[in-house]
Amino acid sequence: MDSKSFSKKKSVGVVGMGSFGTVIANMLAEKSNVIVYARRPELVQEINTQHAADGNPVNPTIEATVNPEYLCESCDVLFFMVPSAGFQEVVKAFSPFLHPYHIVIHGTKGLCLNLPKGKTLADMKKITRENILTMSEVILKETVVVRVGCLAGPNLAKELSKGQPAATVVASRFNEVILEGQRLLRSDKFQVYGNSDIIGVELSGVLKNIIAIAAGALAGMGLGENARGLLISRGMVELIYLGNALGGSLKSFIGLAGIGDLVATCSSTLSRNYTVGFRLAQGETLDQIINSMEEVAEGINTVKLIKTFVEGTGMRAPITENLYKVLFEDLKIEEALQYLMKYPFSVDVDFL
Amino acid sequence: MTDDYIKHKYAPILPSKDEWPVVKLSKGRKEFIKKVANASKDRVIEQTGGNMDILKEELETTLYREKLRIKQNPWAVDPDDEFEFWNKVKSVLVQLSAESSIPNAQKKKKYIEILDDITIRYAEEIASNFQHTHYKLTRSVVTFGFARLLNAARVKGIKSIFSNQFSLQDKIQIIGETDQLRDLASKGTIVMVPTHFSNLDSILIGWIISVLGLPPFIYGAGLNLFNIQIFAYFMNSLGAYKVDRRKKNLIYLETLKNYSSESIQFGVHSLFFPGGTRSRSGKIESKLKLGLLSTAVEAQRANYQKGQQGSGGKIFIVPVTINYHFVLEAPSLIKEHLSLTGQERYYQESDEFSTSYKISKFLVKFFTKGSDISVSIGKAMDVLGNYVDTEGRSLDKNGRIIETRDYFISNGIVSEDTQREEEYTNQLGRRIVEEFHIINRVFSSHLVAFTAFQIIKKQNRKLDLFNLLRLPEEDIAIPYEFFKEECQRVLNRIMEIRQDGKVHVAPHLKRDIDSIIEHGLSNVGMYHAKRPLVKSKEGNIETQDLNLLYFYHNRLDGYGLEKLF
Repeated sequence: MDSKSFSKKKSVGVVGMGSFGTVIANMLAEKSNVIVYARRPELVQEINTQHAADGNPVNPTIEATVNPEYLCESCDVLFFMVPSAGFQEVVKAFSPFLHPYHIVIHGTKGLCLNLPKGKTLADMKKITRENILTMSEVILKETVVVRVGCLAGPNLAKELSKGQPAATVVASRFNEVILEGQRLLRSDKFQVYGNSDIIGVELSGVLKNIIAIAAGALAGMGLGENARGLLISRGMVELIYLGNALGGSLKSFIGLAGIGDLVATCSSTLSRNYTVGFRLAQGETLDQIINSMEEVAEGINTVKLIKTFVEGTGMRAPITENLYKVLFEDLKIEEALQYLMKYPFSVDVDFL
Repeated sequence: MTDDYIKHKYAPILPSKDEWPVVKLSKGRKEFIKKVANASKDRVIEQTGGNMDILKEELETTLYREKLRIKQNPWAVDPDDEFEFWNKVKSVLVQLSAESSIPNAQKKKKYIEILDDITIRYAEEIASNFQHTHYKLTRSVVTFGFARLLNAARVKGIKSIFSNQFSLQDKIQIIGETDQLRDLASKGTIVMVPTHFSNLDSILIGWIISVLGLPPFIYGAGLNLFNIQIFAYFMNSLGAYKVDRRKKNLIYLETLKNYSSESIQFGVHSLFFPGGTRSRSGKIESKLKLGLLSTAVEAQRANYQKGQQGSGGKIFIVPVTINYHFVLEAPSLIKEHLSLTGQERYYQESDEFSTSYKISKFLVKFFTKGSDISVSIGKAMDVLGNYVDTEGRSLDKNGRIIETRDYFISNGIVSEDTQREEEYTNQLGRRIVEEFHIINRVFSSHLVAFTAFQIIKKQNRKLDLFNLLRLPEEDIAIPYEFFKEECQRVLNRIMEIRQDGKVHVAPHLKRDIDSIIEHGLSNVGMYHAKRPLVKSKEGNIETQDLNLLYFYHNRLDGYGLEKLF
């Protein structure tokens, strides 16, 4: 890039047009030129001709492409909104075209595995922190981009698309990334907070999905608000312990991306993770649920990963462990609940 | 990097001394000092946000601390007019705050004048005093003198003082990326960052730089070393600038940083010991002092802001490890380390080499008795820690060429962002530590010390470190056969780590295990009065000084080898 010939403002890029990606692209398009990347040519076609992504309306000024190189050349700031399962692959596809001047902000609330070559999670007796990558760590590992940020907070896509007021956190070790995120996203209806503990904010978004599944399950069993209150608060404690073990700071967990997001997803039928729990409790099997969902519920993978991690460290995480048994080992939800009610929690708050 | 020693003479890359950046710098010394002082003044004003009251407070704090230092911790090297100078500052400050009739704008101007005086004084104090004739003399003294001593000690006693059988390069082995270093030194500016274990390191590195045919580097040396005449002479002639660790006030620190940054921008090659001081524990530095390192990042950005492209204005970071069997200061270093652990804040800079006599004795002992030393030159990196190719272009992890300039760009232009540069400095620090561990060379003495200490630790599992070190040495004996097995286990693991390219080993580690152990035992801390490790008459492995054993053991810290026990 030649700075001297730099005359007009560059576009902002969005990678991945799932429901959340689409909402963010539309919000960005209110202020900036937006170019979006999608892998499926028919989706790109739909966006460019019908201004819709899988039926969701897309701002007509938004241009779509299947070409990573074009996107990287046209934009200095990129928002990666891809599910964690495909994240590494997409980042690798972009890596040859990314330069140190790029700023990358992601909105993915999941984790990736970083195992020795040829191994899968099933081969590993235990995994340590080095085997787990947050999305920002994936970006740092696979690309030359250093100015990395993440978006997290109570941002249910359906509510945002209706233009309801909400807030988010942009986290990054670099102030300029936070400021850039705020400049691009902030509007009358959308407040943007900054946080320098990117790992803590990422983990908040990831770990709360576990509790969201559990909350859905309680609701599916027909239990009421007392149970939910109990779960959210105990879930918070578990989230904080796990989050600390993975390198996040307490402050971030009790912020908007932690408590804020936890309360929202544990109470909303709009949340995918909540829906998984709800339908499980109604008697469906995990396979049935996964096959009939349009988009990935990140929490399922997170439970699997975190359960293996917890075993390796010798920590206890009762909610995660029991949820794992319910999801993958056919434990009945009622039994899991029984177990949790008997678990000797004695201290209310011991992390402050 | 291969494990082979490099032993040949290099032609100087800049034959004429007038081309040496450090000579150019010393010719324009006066203006340079002015420039540094001005830049530092601006930086301090910027940090006070242009607020007069904050500036005033900063000046008063500086004054208070300086007066305290003069009273409590005076050194021989301190200038005579110090007391006078600060008294003058005091009287002006007092006068100013008493005057209520002067308008604020004028007052502020006066405060800035005081600040100006202080930064000029500090810059003057810090600035190096490089003189080419001294440099030449020192270089020949070091090479000639030490070669004589060495031959006298090694060949056939005092008669062979004029033998040339051994040259210094037999004793001090250089390995690693010497050619790349030479190439890059003629293209851009080098910042060399060595590990630091002994006071001898700076002279050693100075000698190596000259052997490699590089023009002299400037580096910050502790002011305490200038207390000793003989050292002061060496230091000055090697281009050292002075770092006074007693002065911790903002104005001094800013001046120091600006001195370093401006010199790098001037194109003078520099040397930082990024650990700050000698490693007291014997561990390879894992936490670096980032203050001076940040000046490399800052200078790089400033060069790009000036529009410098390509490798001309590029700064290359070259990590270096110095590997010893024997560190003369080990007993005092480890003692200090142990008494300081956890209480570093209350530590007062002390001065252990107090006379020229002591230091000469140290040098003679070192060169006649000390065992072999090897110096590993690491791969050059840019200021973000990316490796660079022979042309000085930065490479990403996949070998693609990238522009270092791009790291400083936002919205299409190179911009200054202190917080961003802080993060970059952190990242550079982490990369340097990583590289230290990679280019570090394992010696037989490190292996035996590490293994022995871990065995003792395992046998006394219940004791914490301090209680462990208090064990009576005469109670400790490790049967040889067991020791041998354990050494083999550690060695195997080291070789695995080496396979992954994460460490290097000395050629003598490729012998059979018995001779490695023998070599290790005879070399580990060989000239201490109490040996860290000996073989008893019964054939057991014993120690005479656990603290020292711990010190030499620490060299292999950071490789996860303790997990074997």
